[in-house]
This record gives sequence, C-alpha cells and structure tokens, in this order.
Amino acid sequence: MSTQASSHALPHIGAHDSHHEELGFLRKYVFSTDHKTIGIQYGITSLLFLLFGFSLMMMMRWSIARPGEPLPLVGGLLEKILGDVAAKGVISADLYNEFGAMHGTIMVFLGVVPLAFAAFGNYVVPLQIGAIDMAFPRINMASYHVYLMGGIIMLVSFFVPGGAAQAGWTSYSPLATTIQTNGQVFLLTGLVFLITSSLLGAVNFLATIIQLRAPGMTWMRLPFFVWAQFVTGFLLLLAFPPLEAAGIMQLMDKLAHTSFFLPTGLSVAGGHISGGGNPLLWQHLFWFLGHPEVYVLILPAMGIVAEVIANNTRKPIWGYKSLVYSSLVIGFVSFIVWAHHMYMTGMGTKISTFFQTTTMIISIPSVIILTCMFLSLWGGSIRFNVPMLFALAFLPMFGIGGLTGLPLGFNFSDLHLHDTYYVIAHFHYVVAPGTIFALFAGIYYWYPKMTGRFMSEFWGKVHFVGSIFFMNMVFMPMFAQGLSGMLRRMADGGINYSAAKVPGAIGGLTDNIIWLNQFVSVAAIGLGLAQIPFIINFFWSIKHGKEITSDNPWDATTLEWQTPTPPPHGNFVKPIAVYRGPYEYSVPGQKTDFTPQNQA
Amino acid sequence: MEKILNLPVLASKHGADVDKLVIYVHYLMGALFVGWLIYFLVALAKFNKWSNPKADYVGIRSHASSWIEGAVVLAEAVLLVGFAVPLWGRAVEGFPKDGEATVVKVVAQQFNWNVFYPGADGVFCKQDLSLVSSDNPWGFDKSDPKGKDDLPPMLGEIHVPVDKPVIIRLSSKDVIHSFKVIAMRVTQDAIPGMMIPLQFTPTKIGVYQINCAQLCGNGHSSMAMGRMYVDSQADYEKWLASKAKPAASFE
Repeated sequence: MSTQASSHALPHIGAHDSHHEELGFLRKYVFSTDHKTIGIQYGITSLLFLLFGFSLMMMMRWSIARPGEPLPLVGGLLEKILGDVAAKGVISADLYNEFGAMHGTIMVFLGVVPLAFAAFGNYVVPLQIGAIDMAFPRINMASYHVYLMGGIIMLVSFFVPGGAAQAGWTSYSPLATTIQTNGQVFLLTGLVFLITSSLLGAVNFLATIIQLRAPGMTWMRLPFFVWAQFVTGFLLLLAFPPLEAAGIMQLMDKLAHTSFFLPTGLSVAGGHISGGGNPLLWQHLFWFLGHPEVYVLILPAMGIVAEVIANNTRKPIWGYKSLVYSSLVIGFVSFIVWAHHMYMTGMGTKISTFFQTTTMIISIPSVIILTCMFLSLWGGSIRFNVPMLFALAFLPMFGIGGLTGLPLGFNFSDLHLHDTYYVIAHFHYVVAPGTIFALFAGIYYWYPKMTGRFMSEFWGKVHFVGSIFFMNMVFMPMFAQGLSGMLRRMADGGINYSAAKVPGAIGGLTDNIIWLNQFVSVAAIGLGLAQIPFIINFFWSIKHGKEITSDNPWDATTLEWQTPTPPPHGNFVKPIAVYRGPYEYSVPGQKTDFTPQNQA
Repeated sequence: MEKILNLPVLASKHGADVDKLVIYVHYLMGALFVGWLIYFLVALAKFNKWSNPKADYVGIRSHASSWIEGAVVLAEAVLLVGFAVPLWGRAVEGFPKDGEATVVKVVAQQFNWNVFYPGADGVFCKQDLSLVSSDNPWGFDKSDPKGKDDLPPMLGEIHVPVDKPVIIRLSSKDVIHSFKVIAMRVTQDAIPGMMIPLQFTPTKIGVYQINCAQLCGNGHSSMAMGRMYVDSQADYEKWLASKAKPAASFE
C-alpha cells in the first residue's frame, strides 16, 4: 500500500534502494522482507480482523437485547452460511457461544496484539532506532505468513461440523474438550500458529532493539515506544510457550484421548475418559499467558500515547525514566499475578494473599505511568489534532479501566463481582477506549509517514467524537449491570435470571437492568456507525488526503521523521547518528521548538 | 456511594463485609478519578496552544505527585491488609464444625444443580469417583452403612434454616460451573474432580435465585431453575422430615 500510494516524489533514494525497484509484485507486496511492508501487511490484516470481531459482537448484542428474535438484515444470510445454528435467522445459544469465543480470540490474538505489537512495531521500531531493517528480515516475513495462516484457520472453523469453538476465549477444560465441535481443534491449531508467529516476532524485535540501534542511540535515548515494545517482546517470548504447550495438551485430550485436563469420573456424552487429569492445570497455564497478555495489549498503546503526547504538548515527557523503570517492573511482576483470575476456584488464604499482593503491587507502576502522562501536559502548548485527541482520551479512559481493576483484584470484593458484566466493562475500558484509542492515535499520527498524505482532520474529529461518546454509552452501563449481579456469557442477556421470569425469587435482575441491554446494543450500533468515517478516511486519504509539505510534518524529534517519505528500502539516506534524548521539544535557546535526535 | 453503586439485596452475615469492601474501594477509585479529571481539565484549559503558545521545557516542578502515589499505595495496603486478606481468611478457612452447621452437598451438571443431604446421621455416603458408571452416576460406595439414611438426590432445590451457618460442599459431574447466590454474596466454582466447601450464614427467610456464573455450554443462560429456600428452623425441619423416607434408596 505504502509504495503504491507514494505519488509523492522521492528526490533522494539511497544506494540501498537500487535493487528494490527490480522486485516483482509478489516479492514487493506478498513475500516482502521489508519491515515497513510487513508492518503495513500486519496493520491492514489486523484492522480487518478487528472489524470482523466487532461485527460478531454486534450480532451478539442483538441476541442479548432481543433474545429469540431473528437478526435483521443479515439473519437470512447467516442461516444460509452457517445452517441450523442460525435457523430462521435467530442466533441460537450455540451460535452465541461460537461468536463469544471467537470475538474474544479474534480481538485479542488476531486484532489488537498484531496491530499494537507487530504492525506498529514493525513499521516504527527500526525507524525510531535508526536501523535499516529488522535483525532477521526473513523471519519477519515468516512471522506474518504464519500469523495469516493462523487467522485463516480460525475463520475456517466457523464452517467445520459443529461450528466454531464455543467454550469462550479462555477454552476452559473440560467444556472445551468435551463439547461436540471440531471448532475447538481449529481454534487450538490456529493458536499454535499465532503463538509461533508471535515468538518469531518477539525474538526479532528483541534482537533488533538490542543490536541495531544507531550510533549514539543509548538505552536512555530510546523513544518510550521502543521501550514498550522491548518489554512486550520479553512478555511474548516468556509467556506464550506455556500456552502453546497447554494448547497442544488440550489438542491431545481432544484427539488422542489423553486426560491432561480431565479428572476421573467425568460424566460426559460420548467417548471414554481415562481420567486422572486436573481442570485447574489448564487455567494456570492459560492465565500464565493470559495476564502478561494484558500488558502485551497495553504497553505498546502506552508507548504510542507517549510519542503523541510529547509531540503535541511540544515538551519532553515528564518522568521519562520513571516510565522506563515502571514498564520494566510491570514486565516482571506481570508474571506473578495470573491466579487473580482464579480466586473462585477454591483458593486458600495463603495463595490468594500472595496473588492479591502482587496484583496491588502491579497497580503501582501502572498508576505511575498514567500519572507521568497526565503531568506531561503541565506547561505544554497543546495542539488538538486528531492523534492528540485520541491520545488525550486514552488517559481518563484507561484510568477508568485501571481503577475498576481494584475491586476485582481484591478477592473479597471479587466475590460479588466475579464473572459479572463489571468484569466485561473493566477490561473493555482497558482495551477498547484504552488500547484501541491509542492505536487510532498511532494510525492518524504515522499515516503521513507511510503515505505522504494526512488523513482528513475533519472526518478524524467526527470519528473521535462518535467513538468516545458511544464507547462510554456501551461500557458505562455495564458497570451498573455487573454491580447488580448480571452475569457474563448469557445468550439471552440474563432474561432467565430476571425478576420478571422468576417471580418471588430474591436476586432476580430488575427491569431497569435488563432494559440497559437494549440501551447498550443501540449504543453499539452507534459505535459501529462512528467507525465508517474512519474506514472511508483511511482509504480515501491514500490518494486524496492533504499532501505533506515536509518529511517531518508534525515537527517531531524522533528518527522515523528524519527519513524520506515513505521511507525507501534501507530507510535512511545517509548513515544516521544520535546525539540527544527522544523528546527534546522547546529546548531553551534553540531556534525551533523541536530538536531532532540526529541533530549534532 | 451506596446509592450510586445500587448493590442488590443482601441476605447473609459476611455479605455486609463484602459490600463494605466494594464501597470502600469505590471511594478510593472515585477520589482518584475525580482528582485526575479535575487536574486534566485544568491542564487542558491552561496549557493549550492558544493560552500558552510557548511550552515550558521542564514542565511541572512540584513533587506532590510522589506524595499522592504514596497515599494511594497506603490506601491500597490498608484495604488489602485490613480488609481483603483477613475477611477472605475468615470466609474460606474459619469453617464451623459439621455438627454446628447445615451441611449440603451440591453437584452441578449441565444444566442444573444436584442437591444431597446426609440424613439423620449427618454423614454423607462414601463417594469414589472411580466407581462412577452408568448405573452409579455419583460413584457412591453402596456398602457404606452411613449412606443408608442419605436423602435421595434432589434437582435444583436447596433448603436451609435461617441464621445458622450453611456449609455447601461443591463439585460438578461434567464441566466447570460456578455456584453464585447474589443475595448471599457467595461465588464458588464447581469443578469436576474436586470437592470444594463454601460457607455462609443466611439472615433472611425467602426464596433465592441460584446463578451459574461460569460458561458451561449452550444451556448456560437457562441454568436458572435452581432455588435456595431459606426457611425458619421449624419449616426446615418439617421439610426435612417430609423428604426423609425410611430405608429409601440413595440413588
């Protein structure tokens, strides 16, 4: 895409680039080893998956608001494609569970992580550290292709007998193992591909950041985004292998009749269970990845926000060192908090005290990072362009997501909130108006470097206002639903547990709480509509956006802006050296309010 | 804060502590969020490019934020050490003796709750999961004399007397479920292969909805038939007597 879009002339193409021009279409766009092309491949693919994962959720929201009623517009189509699970266009409980499991899996493993880590990481990290490419360009290419394969396997699973996986994105055994669908086999196989891809990517990023920094690019001169990617790389490298092993063990349980996660005496339809396994083992292995994964989702987002805030406050990030050390602490501690997802599995005082304490400890560096970003605004000269609006909105939105983690992190208050909509609202505030807003900021911010044109500022603002309004309308009511005890993963939105359905029983959901289901579903439609300006803007601006007048259109300091636009194969026109920190904005005594890192 | 949170009806002794912790944590969250928000709005008003065209290289000079961080850490520590840890300890370890409590065994299945009472001797029939077979779905040891007076298993119906501790021994025969009675403020996963006890003391007579809080298959959202009846002591005994038939089979 990038090269196609470069109607912008490249006056100075480096020596590295001479052989680049000879590449055919396939080598250039499909089997490219150029980190920028791979970044864009990852970016487009993961955006498509985000859209797909979101549309699954739109259909689930219909089922929640109007259980048993045929889905409008697409109901008939759904029945044609998927058959009985969508008979008469109604989303059955089976289909709801398929969508639920795949929404989570797709959003996390195929959408947000590839976009945050692989897409932005690939495009931006080598440029920001002054490298000509990633350390292992071919491994980089393999990583994208393995990822794509994993994604296709996941998509195909909707069409296998029994449909896609139905046991949640967490795939808890024995449900995941004993359920009568081959979708779970596809999900696990797909996961093995995705994990392999992530491992290839993680190794590559670590090697690149350690080995390929330009002369003078010391550790404390790295842009915070690079630090965030560095820590994320370690998280992926160390947390994913246990899940890969666990995934293969669950595959064996399903296909080879082992019983790693199946206890003795299990009574299930069809097939002999040898027994002797333990369902909790799966949960430990899953969450050993699952929790670091949260920081895989959030750290790159924080990195993007730091870049955009420094650039648009026109001053250095406040507390750069605190940011770096805090993200390192987060990296370490995130490996010892996983069992706070399992408080309700019969945990004693000693173990739960350990995990509660580590959970509270990890909240401290997170609060420090957020505080540093907030304090960075003080004394700034803030420009409110679209990337900055999304970055600014990230702060209070992620704040809500982080704070609402507290009552879930204390086991005794979790007793009431566990598995309710409160949990859904909590982690979506972290990931949706949190991480995804940061990703939008990143897209609007780096788009001119990739294409030579800005995205439309006006439609960007429309996108922003619509997104932040509807995002809150979707997730804020869920806190109220959760506090009143509405539980997750109900295909009918909890109707069976409503006071209306169980007259006389105490603890039924009130009419108001049930009514919120419809409110949220309408807001979700609004949120979907608010993305249309973004989609159009994204493609339209490739050819028709406002052209940039300089290679550094935001007057930024970091190295990715010291390249031609779009950067050619090999990135830099002449050898680059670094003389200063990443955010030297408004340095007293300088002529301009930004001093690039490579300025001697 | 209680008004805003609008917590549901409460009917157990320890539940008041659960609500208290939920409320205290929300006070902390509210204070932090409102503080951040006020600061945020002031900063945006004061330091936008129109009112402050020249940015300050150093930025904020005060170290008040470190003190605020310290205060947050302290507040979290108090909530952790003063509330969460000891209260949890009391909830999961301070069990009364079986004789002083109503003891019920609940085994979840897709998509209902099987309820077992030990009968007059207060002791359940011995169970061994390796004995499970199609004609002995619960794996009872039929030679155990203690099992003779056990009540026959009931579906989706728990009776307990009010104001007396209840111990529920929880398991599952197929997949993981989660036993949640909102008004009692109890949640406990029912995990196949494990028998996990939970306890609470109901304080209000009434019929309570039993929720399944863990995705357990396509019937998860309709696993809503379970009811817990909290009776007066007299009503409970009357009900118990009506169920206990002499020499009933324990299947």
